[in-house]
Amino acid sequence: MRHGRYRFLAGAMIPPLLLYGVFVLSPYAQAFYLAFTDWNGLSGQANLVGLENFGKLWSDPLFLAALRHNGLMLLVVPLVTIGLALFFAAMLGTGEKRRAASAYRIVYFFPQLLSVAIIAVLWQFVYTPNSGLLNGLLSGIGLPGLRRSWLAEPDLAIWAVMATMIWAAVGFYVVLFSAAMESIPADVLEAALLDGAGRMTTFRRITLPLVWDSVQVAWIYLGVAALDGFALVQIMTVGPGGPDNSTEVMGLSLYRNAFTYGKFGYASAMGVALFFLTLTLAVLLLRVSRRERVELS
Amino acid sequence: MTRVTNGVLHAVLALWAALVTLPLLWAVVSSLKTDEEIFDSPWSVPSKLHFENWGRAWQEAQIGRYLFNTLIVVGGALVLVMLLGSLVAYCLARYEFPGNRVIYYTLIAGMLFPVFLALVPLFFVVNRMGLLGTYHGLILVYAAYALPFTVFFLHGFFRTLPTAVAEAAFIDGASHAGVFWRVMLPMARPGLISVGIFNFLGLWNQYLLPVVLNPDPDRYVLSQGLAALAVSQGYRSDWSGLFAGLIIAIMPVLLAYVLFQRQIRAGLTAGAVK
Repeated sequence: MRHGRYRFLAGAMIPPLLLYGVFVLSPYAQAFYLAFTDWNGLSGQANLVGLENFGKLWSDPLFLAALRHNGLMLLVVPLVTIGLALFFAAMLGTGEKRRAASAYRIVYFFPQLLSVAIIAVLWQFVYTPNSGLLNGLLSGIGLPGLRRSWLAEPDLAIWAVMATMIWAAVGFYVVLFSAAMESIPADVLEAALLDGAGRMTTFRRITLPLVWDSVQVAWIYLGVAALDGFALVQIMTVGPGGPDNSTEVMGLSLYRNAFTYGKFGYASAMGVALFFLTLTLAVLLLRVSRRERVELS
Repeated sequence: MTRVTNGVLHAVLALWAALVTLPLLWAVVSSLKTDEEIFDSPWSVPSKLHFENWGRAWQEAQIGRYLFNTLIVVGGALVLVMLLGSLVAYCLARYEFPGNRVIYYTLIAGMLFPVFLALVPLFFVVNRMGLLGTYHGLILVYAAYALPFTVFFLHGFFRTLPTAVAEAAFIDGASHAGVFWRVMLPMARPGLISVGIFNFLGLWNQYLLPVVLNPDPDRYVLSQGLAALAVSQGYRSDWSGLFAGLIIAIMPVLLAYVLFQRQIRAGLTAGAVK
């Protein structure tokens, strides 16, 4: 009965693992090696240069600017997104109007379906100075004084990009948190209500601890997304990289160094730095956000 | 709760709904206006519906061609990754063999690494194989990067399937492959649908990989084509054509969502929580 077991396993596993090895594993492994070389792609010759590339990173003003901007995104985007999403999910959960809630969830989810390139192009036009939606809106509601060229002013551009990120992300987390909140048994919330707990107290003491796992997941996802920002910045902001490099992000620095300047070794070093940042971030977030796990038995 | 706070809360919810839909509606309306109308009064309704913008975007701006490219690449990658992913997940979940755990964790590790790290070497791997800017090259790379999540998701699924049915099939003389194809795969259908939806959206929305690996404008996928269009139409100031292209690109996914929204949201949240 068990004959042919290994033949089946080999036939089933070797092609996918080969694919994975060639296109995923080997590039990741090579990146760590290339990061220590001066490879420019042309000479075909890659010389080991030790830590030189990493040293250069710390004196590269563009990379440091990128680091700062990704850092700012890391702070603002997850915080605002999770805050808004938790608020909306909680509002939708206190359901006198279940039908309305499900309609809201359907609509909120829309941006999740749009490719990041589409979102970038769309919002570029929302921000367009003369014929854009935002300035048109400001004039329309009698606040023409607030009109700006949103993506052309160094102080504003990064905030305009972050607003787009948040706009695109909130809906997914509303749905995610809603699903988590729905799994809280109604009698737990009723008991709290009977004990005289208010809306805020119930949310803080009961709902939030019970959906904390989802919040943690969201935190990591959004953190990783905030370390990216490549497509939005590349498509939306001039340069690309924004006026005075005010929206430069690490992904863009890496891309430009590799595929515009041919500094493949240096770009790989950026990739490695990005990897360790992501890793550190994930570990930190998991530690900081660790709470006593609440379980319903 | 008082009626007033209730009203305020509803207003806030409605406000976000408006924020989400407004840019999309605006794009639809703009795609039906003339360039002058877009320029002079971004807020107004078109005087006349200019559907010819859509035709122009489809033909001249090549949205039709980008859509075709995207369908080939995403369709191919989706079939490939579902096939390979379910095979690997099934083997890892249902068979004990040396190296099982190592393979599983090596695959899972692929989800944790940022794609940016692989970008430079990946470009040269694909280049050396002569696959740069080809459909099959993109299909292979897309499938490879979607593999870890697919295996991760389906692994849990295959584990929970009952063994009794499979054993009965073995006793009836089915081969290993036969059990997989005719018994286990059909039983795993709900899981396959969820992960299939997730993969479809992920692959459809790819931007970084094609930007690096697909330099030939004739082979551009939709996201690439639109980004390029935003630049070139900007010079030619054919805004209405660009908006029309945008709407054509948004439409298929939005339509699919309206039809299957329950499964899509269920699939996506299940994937995120696990």
